[in-house]
This record gives sequence, structure tokens and C-alpha cells, in this order.
Amino acid sequence: MGKNTRATRVHPARAPLGGSPLAGYVLRRLGMSVLLLFGVTLVTFSLANLVPGNPIVAALGEGAASNPATVAAYIEKHGLDQPLPVQYLNYLLNLFQGDMGVSLRTAQPVASDLAKAVPATIEVAIGAIIVSLAVGVALGSLAAYRRGKISDQLVRVLSLIGLSIPTFWMALVSFNFFFLQLRIAPGSGRLSPILSPPPTVTGLYTIDALLAGQWVTFMDAMAHLMLPVFVLSLFTIGLLTRFVRTSVLEVLDADYIRAGRAKGLSGPRMLFGYTLRGASLPILTIVGLAFGSLLSGTVLVEAVFAWPGLGSYAYNSATSLDLPGVMGVGLIVGVIYLGINFAVDLLYGVLDPRVRLA
Amino acid sequence: MTDVLNTMVPDAEATAPAVLSVQGLTVGIGPRKAPKPIVTGISLDLVPGRIHGLAGESGSGKTVSSLAILGLLPANATVGGSITLFDADSNGAGPGGTELIGMRRRALNRIRGRRIAMIFQDPSSSLHPQLTVGSQLTDHVRTHLKLGREAARDRAIELLTRVRVPNPVEALGRYPHQFSGGQRQRIAIAIALACDPVVLLADEPTTALDVTVQAGILHLLRDLADERQLAVLLVTHDLGVMSAIADEVSVMRHGVIVETGPREQIFGAPQHAYTRELLESLPSAQGADTPSAIQKEAGR
Repeated sequence: MGKNTRATRVHPARAPLGGSPLAGYVLRRLGMSVLLLFGVTLVTFSLANLVPGNPIVAALGEGAASNPATVAAYIEKHGLDQPLPVQYLNYLLNLFQGDMGVSLRTAQPVASDLAKAVPATIEVAIGAIIVSLAVGVALGSLAAYRRGKISDQLVRVLSLIGLSIPTFWMALVSFNFFFLQLRIAPGSGRLSPILSPPPTVTGLYTIDALLAGQWVTFMDAMAHLMLPVFVLSLFTIGLLTRFVRTSVLEVLDADYIRAGRAKGLSGPRMLFGYTLRGASLPILTIVGLAFGSLLSGTVLVEAVFAWPGLGSYAYNSATSLDLPGVMGVGLIVGVIYLGINFAVDLLYGVLDPRVRLA
Repeated sequence: MTDVLNTMVPDAEATAPAVLSVQGLTVGIGPRKAPKPIVTGISLDLVPGRIHGLAGESGSGKTVSSLAILGLLPANATVGGSITLFDADSNGAGPGGTELIGMRRRALNRIRGRRIAMIFQDPSSSLHPQLTVGSQLTDHVRTHLKLGREAARDRAIELLTRVRVPNPVEALGRYPHQFSGGQRQRIAIAIALACDPVVLLADEPTTALDVTVQAGILHLLRDLADERQLAVLLVTHDLGVMSAIADEVSVMRHGVIVETGPREQIFGAPQHAYTRELLESLPSAQGADTPSAIQKEAGR
């Protein structure tokens, strides 16, 4: 394969379709992600050593920490007397075995806490990104096609409002309005109390309920998703709408759009096949960034909706000085960011042959 | 040299009826009430099998005129006059032909790419960078001619072979950036010809290309005009290009045509002062009697 890749680099015109150049591209990106992953672990490790205060006291509590024997045993057990590089290596070795320490707050392994929290957040984030993409692309394209008209102005004002409203405020207001006043939204949490979670496959209740054929659970999980997704997606809808509008406007000026019109193309072929495809790269970039902003947005939204996700976990760990918990969240958020960036890089390659075959 | 030119250009006396007639075309850009005039009344006839050159410096309105024919001007343009397509195949063409100005977009889309095709100045930007050559060669064929995937593909291979793109079958799966500039323009020409149009509008088709590649493209245009009885409007500021392949030449300035005539007349005995000025500004005075490298190359 290596040989093949080299050959196609020298004669790009003779590159076989798809196949090896894409594989090389994927491998390069993957290697980059692994390097970055080490960077993330370094940051979370330093976090533990840089925070003010004595982690031993935090871990053992005031009483136990006043007993020198206990402290010595703790230091011995966790290798805290060893030089920092060795400690880092131990930390990495533990991570490789899936050991992220024990949460001081829940007294559970951080890894198993996170295994429950991450899918809950991913479910909201994916819901929000789907809604934002659908609405943002539709509104942004509409505004671009009707540039300067009233509908364009309206969309621009609306997107600005979406961008400006603080997410936590919107969360409180909509919870109050739709649940407490109108009583059309279900209460907090991921499911109504009378229902038990579907058997875990993906950890996403909606998908798992579908897989198990539990329609009632599926509908209930969907209903619980609505409000958090709505609140979270307002910001990203505003963001995407503005960027889609700008990129589509740019593409509409491109020669290949004029050439497409000169060929007599119109309708969906022109909109999706030519215009949005041309604008897809900047849109993809923004979707990646928006996903990141969703993760930070969930912290307060999850707190309001009592959503048992990563945001709630981060909030609770931080406020109770649960260092292993905070480190675990930091690591997992870093990994998710890397995963998103990796996916975005791959999609660049899928969407743009110049990236894939270069 | 004179024989070469004679073999390239069919007898100038033979005048078939025009397939596309532009009468008193005006184009203004800007607010509808007070548009800035760009083209102020030009008339020309395009005849099957003949190449009509539209020359002029930048800003003279020649590109705008060619875009107006296909209704491709921006929304803030106001177009007046008459553009008539006399083509038995286009829908609803009576004996008086089809009027293109003011035509509904849906009807116009049935003419664009099908009866009147266009190629643009820079093939590296007029081809969609993210679509394969095959897809761009067949999408309008499938829309216009209702061909199936296989039939459209066969046709695409045939066209690429005709415009001499090497390895046509393989080329279908490749992307524009994998071709050289000259190959890209050949592909753009193949796309334009895919639905067997009667009129080809070529807007500076060789300007973005290397001089060595230009001749090959011009030669191809000449051959296609002859063998398919294609009426070609060749818009260019390059009089060297014009003198190599145009049958008739119109010289445009400030939105009007100042002189129209057979190529020999324009290059041999220009009537208008502006035409003479243009000719004198050519580097080596490329008149009809002093063949340029392009002429030699194109006439091979």
C-alpha cells in the first residue's frame, strides 16, 4: 500500500479512485490524533499537580490526613513519592487499563460514572446538532438566495437573537414556561420515573428503546429530549445560519454555479449537488466547532433539566472538589473533541477530492 | 499560409439563415429606474457552421452580451431588445422563432445547455471542484434528454474521445483538479456539446490557457463548428485568436458594435478608426497577411 501511495503522489492524475490515497490520509490523521491524545493526558495529569491545595487531604479527609501512617500508606500506594515522569507513566498505564481512579464524591470508579454520563450528553448533543444543521442550513440558504429581501433580514435578526440569548437563561425560562406553566413538556431527567431505562446497547435511550422495540419508552425519551435539545440548539442554529448564509453567498458567485445554470440545471440538483456541496467545507468546519460549544453549553443546561450527563457530572465534581472526577471529565471531553476533529478531518477528505487526493 | 486559412474557413459567400438572431440588445445594470447602460443596442446573427467573433477591450460589454443570451445576468440587470432562436427542436418554436428575452425560467432551462450551450473563460473555476468529470458531463444530459445512467455514460465517453481527452473511461471518475488547464477546457467543451446544441457561446475560451494550448482548443472549436454545423459566438479580446478562426468579426466598444464584417475585411481593410487602432496595438501587427504562431498552429 505504501508503494502505491507514493506512486499516486508522483502521478496524481493516475490515482486509482478512492482506495489507497484515502487510506493514507486516514492513517495520517489518525496518527495526529494519537499524538494529540497524549497531549490531553499530559494536561489532565498536570491539572492534578497544579491545583492549589493538598490532593492527599482532599482524598483522605482532614481526619485521616492528620495520621502520618495513613498518609504514608496513601503515598506509597499511589506512588506519590516517585518522580513526576514516573507518576505520569503510572497514570498512563492505569488509563490504558481503563482505570481513571475512584470518584471522591460517588465512591464509584470514575470510568463507570462516565460510562453512564457520556451517552446521556451525546444523545442531547447529537439531537441538537441534527436540529441545528437542518434549521441552520435551510434558513441560511434561504437568506442567501433571497439576499437583501425581507426574508433575509428576518433570518439575520432571528439568528442574531439565537446567538445572543444566554443558554442558561433560556433553559430556565423554557423549563418554567413549557413545563410549569403550559405543562406540555415532560419534567426533568431522561425518562419519566415510572419507566425503567431500556437495556443498554449504545447508552442512548432513544436508540436502545428502538432496538428493544419499547415504543412507549422511545416516545417518552424523545419527549424528554425535546426541551434540552431546543434550548441547546438555539445558539448553534444562529451560528450555523449565519455561516451557511455567508458560504452560500460566496458559492453563488462562483463560476461553476453560473456554468451549472448555463447547463439548464435547476432545483434540487442545483441547490444540493452544486451550491451546498460547494459550501460544504466551511459549513463542516462550523459544525465541528458548534459541537464543541454544545459540550460546554450542556453544563448549565443539564443542571437545569437534571439531565444525568457529562455536564452535570462536571458541575458536581467541580463543586465538591472531586479531583479524580474532574480529571476524568477533562480527559473525556478532550477525547470527544479529538474524536470530533478527527471526524471533521475525515469528512473534509470525503467532501473534497482535492484534500483526499493531494 | 493562405491555403491553410482557406481550408479552415468555408466560403464566406455561403449564407445560411441565422439560427440565433440578436436585434437591438440593450443591457443595463443597477436600479430598475436608472440602470447604468452596459450594452446599448447590438445586433448580430449566428449562422450554423460559422464562428462569429465578438472583439473588444475589457469593459466593452462583450461578455455581458453573451451572458444576456442565456439569461445568466445578475438579478439587477435589465435586458431589452430581442434575441430569437430559430430552432426546429426547441419547444414552441413557431416560424418566427422563440424569443428568449423575458422567457419564463422553466422554459429557459430547457434551452440552456440543450439548444444553446456555453463555455467560460477559466475552466479551473467553471468546473465544480467536488464533482467528478463524469457527473458534470452527464447530469444535464440525463435531465434534458431523459437518458439512463448507462446511456449518458456512453455518451460522455464518446464526447471525451471527440474532444481528445486521453483515457476517457478513466477520466469520468476523476476530478477537475487532476487535469491540466487545456484538458479542463476540452472537458468543458464536451459538457457544452453533450446535448447537441445548435449554438455555442464561448466566452474568452482560451484566455486563461497557455499560448501553446490555445491553438489546440481553437482548432477543436473550428472542427466542431464545421462537423456539427454549430453556430459559435466567440467572445475574446485577443485579435490573434480572432484572426485564427473567426468567419465574421464584430468589433465592440462602449456597448455598441462599431464594425462588423468578414474576417478578411476586418483584418485586411478595417473601415472604422477604432478597429484600425486595435489592430495597430497588436504586438506584431497580426493582420491577415502576417500569420501568427497561433494561426499556424491552429491551421495545422
